[in-house]
Amino acid sequence: MSDHQQFCTFFLKDLIFGVEVLKIQEVIRYQEMTPVPLAPAMVNGLINLRGQIVTAIDLRNRLAMPPLPEGELPMNVVIRTEDGAVSLLVDEIGDVVEIDSAGFEPPPETLRGIARELVDGVYKLKSGLLLILNTAKTVNFTAASVADPSAPQQAA
Amino acid sequence: MTDKLQQQLINDLLIESFEGLDRFDRELLTLENGAAGPETMNTIFRVIHTIKGTAGCLGLGKIESTAHVGESLLSLLRDGKLHPTSEMVTALLELSDALRGMLRNLEASGSEGQADHSAMLAKLNAMQAAPSPAAAPVPARPAAFGLFEGPGNDQSEHPGQPRSPEGEPTAGGRASVSDSAIRVDVGQLDKLMNLVGELVLSRNQIMQNAAHPDPAALLIASQRLNLITTELQGSVMKTRMQPIGNIWTKFPRIVRDLSQELGKRTNLVMEGQETELDRTIIEAIKDPLTHIVRNAIDHGLELPAARATAGKPEEGRLVLRAFHEGGQVNIEFSDDGLGIDTTRVKSKAVERGLITADQAARMGEREAFNLIFLPGFSTAEKVTTISGRGVGLDVVKTNIEKIGGSVDIHSNVGAGTTVKIKIPLTLAIIPALMVTSGGERFAIPQVSLLELVRLDGEDARKKIETVYNAPVYRLRGLLLPLVDLNRDLGLESKAGAGAVVNIVVVQADGRQFGLVVDAINDTEEIVVKPLGKQLKSISCFAGATIMGDGRVALILDVLGVAQHASIISEVRDHGVSNEGKSQEQGDARQTLLLFRATKDGCMAIPLSMVARLEEFPRKAVERTGGQEVVQYRGQIMPLIHVSRYVAGGVDEPDAGQDPLQVVVYSDQGRSVGLVVTQISDIVHEALTVKRSSARDGILGSAVIQKRVTDLLDVPSIILKADSGLVQTGSN
Repeated sequence: MSDHQQFCTFFLKDLIFGVEVLKIQEVIRYQEMTPVPLAPAMVNGLINLRGQIVTAIDLRNRLAMPPLPEGELPMNVVIRTEDGAVSLLVDEIGDVVEIDSAGFEPPPETLRGIARELVDGVYKLKSGLLLILNTAKTVNFTAASVADPSAPQQAA
Repeated sequence: MTDKLQQQLINDLLIESFEGLDRFDRELLTLENGAAGPETMNTIFRVIHTIKGTAGCLGLGKIESTAHVGESLLSLLRDGKLHPTSEMVTALLELSDALRGMLRNLEASGSEGQADHSAMLAKLNAMQAAPSPAAAPVPARPAAFGLFEGPGNDQSEHPGQPRSPEGEPTAGGRASVSDSAIRVDVGQLDKLMNLVGELVLSRNQIMQNAAHPDPAALLIASQRLNLITTELQGSVMKTRMQPIGNIWTKFPRIVRDLSQELGKRTNLVMEGQETELDRTIIEAIKDPLTHIVRNAIDHGLELPAARATAGKPEEGRLVLRAFHEGGQVNIEFSDDGLGIDTTRVKSKAVERGLITADQAARMGEREAFNLIFLPGFSTAEKVTTISGRGVGLDVVKTNIEKIGGSVDIHSNVGAGTTVKIKIPLTLAIIPALMVTSGGERFAIPQVSLLELVRLDGEDARKKIETVYNAPVYRLRGLLLPLVDLNRDLGLESKAGAGAVVNIVVVQADGRQFGLVVDAINDTEEIVVKPLGKQLKSISCFAGATIMGDGRVALILDVLGVAQHASIISEVRDHGVSNEGKSQEQGDARQTLLLFRATKDGCMAIPLSMVARLEEFPRKAVERTGGQEVVQYRGQIMPLIHVSRYVAGGVDEPDAGQDPLQVVVYSDQGRSVGLVVTQISDIVHEALTVKRSSARDGILGSAVIQKRVTDLLDVPSIILKADSGLVQTGSN
């Protein structure tokens, strides 16, 4: 049980998230995006990744967090999924950390809402708690399945 | 022999054998038709011989022994010791099915399978013995038979033939070996390599230029690059192109088997086999085409006796034609069978609850033909194994439309039916019109584009008539529903308000409508890229593409946009989720023209019956034989005051009105003008006739937009009016 795993970390608001390093294709700066009308608000747009068209998902919106303050540009964490690459928009990118899997705990019972679905578990780091994001579940939604009229249309 | 080598050899055997067996079937059929040349018999023999030989080498005993029996019979035939009969051909075709089954099993599970073919083998053996004592099998001649020749490169052995041999497991899901390989002309490959060479040189030039900029040299280099890329694109496309004959090769066999099963006689004529299509498209249309062929034989052609009575040759004729036209491939299927009886089609559709009796009565011929593409439709009296379950043609249509094609059908009762399919040459790179709306660029595929209309100044304000929420434009007198792309997609218009109106007239599902966009840019060849699964369900977009500046632009799916804006009724979707919705099926949504003709209440007729809306000044009205007429497009068009013919309407509210508001109704080349007092609106609504009417000229009443509205019975009004004017019209 003492094998080590590597996680790429990134920040959203005041939380630290981690995704298994092997699932990450690349991390790139903010790219110009083409908004997709009629798409769920959590889809921020499409980016051109060297000739490949990649959907950019606003991770703050996906996790029901308030949007990034005006003027700040997110980073793209491009992850590999079964259906090609998908980009997750995050506030800032952190380090790659190597963690002993013994420090893993399931998400606390008090965690509610969408985060409960998307967070696989928690690692206790010295600097805080690292939330492990389930990427497959994060990108698994369709325009039809998230009909949230309350969510504002994304500002292009 | 290593496992890997063995597997490679087996793969080769599979590809070679599937191709060979297709050729085997084809040649057998020519033999049966008596059209065999001297080489035919040799080709047939060689196929089986090679399979036997290769299978023997690889230790596939069962295939070897099965092929051996066939070979023995064939060698007798080839040497003229026996004469081919129809039974023999049937038995040999069974043999080829059996071999195919074993090969497929080999592909899927690595073994030859357990199927028992002893009955078939015994039959083949008995045939050898029948006329003359069994001659010893001719010893195999070396080399000469081991090679395949000829251009037959059929990639597509496919389960799902009429008689799939004993349902052995097929390579479920994954592409079979023979589907994953393709033959390319070596010359073509050399040409590709040359072009790639030039491309590399061109790249070097440009890279150099980046280091030491020289505008003139860069210009030359980019022109060269442009040229090379275009040529490369063409050449690569060409390697992907395959003659449509590749999928047609199966048809003679299917036609023969079906005809025999049904006791019909069919002469299959194929023209334009060499017409080339992209591989992906070939794959996509394989099943739909097969379905149409089966349908034509099952439903289209009559039994020989019936044909004789009708004065036609006993042998039915099914013609397949393929040809290129305007960047598209046309495929036509014509039979000289029964044709489609529209009355029967309509009554069936009503019976099955696909349309209302009301709709049926108003339907034109063309619309009636298209009914057979509705899900759940079938005219077959009884369900057969071949067709008649009412699934199929709708799938054919959907599949063809999915790849940007269209299906059209024409028929003459008693004389036959023609199905016309138009499909694009390729799916990967398409010409498209770029437009801008809400500050974003969108691509509209050229195939769905009809024309562009630009209104400026006065016209922009006046020519678009908006009543309630349905804007329309009179395009050469025809009503064109408009969809504002900004509004439909929830975008903010960035163009100056109302200065210019750009209308892109497009066609989807046989319906025309106008897309209002902020600006029209240019046509461009775009590379179609799929959208991620999170966005797939947005029907308005067919994909995305990358523009010259590196930005992403969305490709509009015209059909999806139309559905989103509910221009096209969703009748087609109703049948899909059958049962629960059956009561809704009767009242499919319709586009209706609302107008007033009497003092009291609104009236409606389906927009599909309206040819044009016109205004005539009162002084243009002339009288002949007690009938009011106007000169209209070089014809004399009678005018009918609707108010006079609907019950109770003695009053004439349109008296004194100038100009006259006229709804032009066309039927069989004759136009009639219906004079109304006011055109109110065009609505798209589910139509439920609440109360059928005893009043003359009214079909019934329905609630449309919260108002009770009478549905006008136009044919009956014309009939009534006609008694007074028929002499003036036709004599």
